[in-house]
Amino acid sequence: MKNPLVALIVGILIGAGGLYFFLPYDPLLLISQNAQVASTQGGEGEDRASAGDTLQRVRNRGFLQCGVSQGLPGFSSPDEQGNWSGIDVDFCRALAAAIFHDPAKVRFRPLSAKDRFTALQSGEIDILSRNTTWTMSRDTQLGFDFIGVTYYDGQSFIVRKDAGIDTAKDLAGGTICTETGTTTELNLADFFRSRGLSYKVLSFEKNDEAVVAYDRGRCDAYTTDASGLYAQRLKLTNPDANKVLDDVISKEPLGPAVRQGDPQWEDIGRWTLNALLNAEELGVTSANLDDMLESDNPRVKRLLGREGAYGEAIGLAPDWAVHAIRATGNYGEMFERNVGTQTPLGIKRGLNALWTDGGVQYAPPVR
Amino acid sequence: MGQGHSKGARPRSAAPLGWNNPRVRSFVYQASVLIAVISVVWFFAATAQENLERLNISSGFGFLDNTAGFGIIQTLVPYSEQSSYGRAFIVGLLNTLVVAVIGIVLATLLGFLIGVLRLSNNWLIAKLAAAYVEIMRNIPLLLHLFFWYFAVLRPLPGPADSLNPLPGVLLNNRGLILPAPIFDAGIIAFLVAFAVALIGGVFLVRWSRKRQRDTGQLFPAWRVFAALIVFLPGLTWLVAGAPFHLDFAVEGAFDYTGGMRLLPEFVALVLGLTLYTAAFIGEIVRAGIQSVGRGQREAAASLGLKEGTTLRLVVIPQALRLIIPPLTSQILNLTKNSSLAVAIAYPDLVAVFSGTVLNQTGQAIEVITITMAVYLTLSLLTSLAMNWYNARVALQER
Repeated sequence: MKNPLVALIVGILIGAGGLYFFLPYDPLLLISQNAQVASTQGGEGEDRASAGDTLQRVRNRGFLQCGVSQGLPGFSSPDEQGNWSGIDVDFCRALAAAIFHDPAKVRFRPLSAKDRFTALQSGEIDILSRNTTWTMSRDTQLGFDFIGVTYYDGQSFIVRKDAGIDTAKDLAGGTICTETGTTTELNLADFFRSRGLSYKVLSFEKNDEAVVAYDRGRCDAYTTDASGLYAQRLKLTNPDANKVLDDVISKEPLGPAVRQGDPQWEDIGRWTLNALLNAEELGVTSANLDDMLESDNPRVKRLLGREGAYGEAIGLAPDWAVHAIRATGNYGEMFERNVGTQTPLGIKRGLNALWTDGGVQYAPPVR
Repeated sequence: MGQGHSKGARPRSAAPLGWNNPRVRSFVYQASVLIAVISVVWFFAATAQENLERLNISSGFGFLDNTAGFGIIQTLVPYSEQSSYGRAFIVGLLNTLVVAVIGIVLATLLGFLIGVLRLSNNWLIAKLAAAYVEIMRNIPLLLHLFFWYFAVLRPLPGPADSLNPLPGVLLNNRGLILPAPIFDAGIIAFLVAFAVALIGGVFLVRWSRKRQRDTGQLFPAWRVFAALIVFLPGLTWLVAGAPFHLDFAVEGAFDYTGGMRLLPEFVALVLGLTLYTAAFIGEIVRAGIQSVGRGQREAAASLGLKEGTTLRLVVIPQALRLIIPPLTSQILNLTKNSSLAVAIAYPDLVAVFSGTVLNQTGQAIEVITITMAVYLTLSLLTSLAMNWYNARVALQER
């Protein structure tokens, strides 16, 4: 070794050797595998396996990791004992029941609007069931697939009754409180910009502070999805002095999302939701489930796994839908229990009624 | 390092360039570590890139040119919903900087005051200062922010019943609204005159000090300085015809428009950061002052220096040597702590960029990398400046 160049080469070899030694797997093998996949082009099986068999991982873990909100009454909120309830929560319970035949095998991970997407991308949660609006960019650029719509919502405003505001346009020049990292922020900008009106926006990290700021008069209005407004109104010091505007300035189809690249997992989520909707359409409830198991209606028989092998096709037991419905009831039961007219929220079915009742909830058939 | 440079003093390394040569050995070791580090970083970057592609997550920095589409309540540079994400980044960065700079100045001033008061001979003042330190530094900063935010908001009336303490000054829960100064063309002459007066005054004071040192003659430099700074720009002002008017806020449908505005979020953030950090700085200052030997004070007293003069000329210059390094840490902390702003809706870098922009684009790796790079750069620049200052006040050994 007469010169530093030789020493450098030795250094590189030692460095590379050390790196190779500490790697969790053989990089050369990885390279050759990749080349194989690229050369065959039809490496669907390989791809699917590397994308992560979510169902297998959930089964191995023994429970479902479900991302929910930090507390939105009617959708996902914990009570004093830490028991979660709400539509979003119930959907995860139904999914856990479909997989494990036990609705309790689910853990809820409260996430802020800001953190929710990263949590799903990184694999921290298996499904994001957190009043999340299905938009094109979220579906295509974030690496997610939305599996359906659990609640058709629209953005609106809550204002003080004595402020003399009747429509959203009356808010021109006002200050509006909202939560950061939501479509709400963008819809707000679109609404005022397209009408050439000015506005000021205060974006809080958590909706709790945004609501308090509105309550203290820092803002003229608080905006979020209409369902959320009804829920937040209950938290105000004087709920009756405030009203939710009838104006809806956006389409907000809220639904659960899963990571892209695992078609089986996506199907499990999608068809669990569809099963709950179909159950309502066919009159199958958690109360009459046992009678319905004896039903002669072929549509009911297919849904409940008495006919065909629909459960096996998504990697679950034939009676997956039975367990899901027994856990949470059909979609209508979920709705009425969590947000319906008998609850403090008092939301009417409206758009969320079945298509047979004048709404837009319409599930593809099980067949 | 030292060895390598001093090789000229020793006979040229006798050992051949083999494994027994310590220079070769250390070079090989360092090269190995460097290569290993680079390989690991490259490995992680390549893995991340591959996974992003596989999951169909967009990557790259092209998103910075896309339209942001959201509003920001405090913008120091022109910004609208049609501006790009890059522009939103600049708005957030400036909002962070303005809070950090104002917070640092106020916290340092208040901290020095608290530190000196803690050593006061007056029992009540010393105990009050001690109580301040213990209460403020033992409450988590986030609670400070919530407390000050809602404490600032609560007593303030709505825009309709704004307080009007002075003509043109309005105070309500939308902020403190002041008339905005609008400058006309002639303002340049005024600014030039002011600068001339200031620079001239500084030279005057220096000259008079030197003369006093050399000849013992006194010159009323400060009085002349004051006269200079009042009359020279004042005359220019009158000659230029008062090139300045005020833009008063006018009442709008919900709120006043126009004028200058201090947001409650901004005030609460500055208050929280200042009061919290000042408690730590106060302790640092106290420690620094107490480290100066008792004999120094007594010697100064025996020379007949007054207490204030002793503090200013004898104690503080020596204490600074101990104060500056930990003070730098506190200044860095304050800058980084300002990222809690999002909790009270102040649109700082974290709220705007790694909050809203991250959620609109979903490009977590890029956005977080940029944000980290910004905080790292800010911290390194602050360290650099403070180290330079520290080297200046450090004990000069002769």
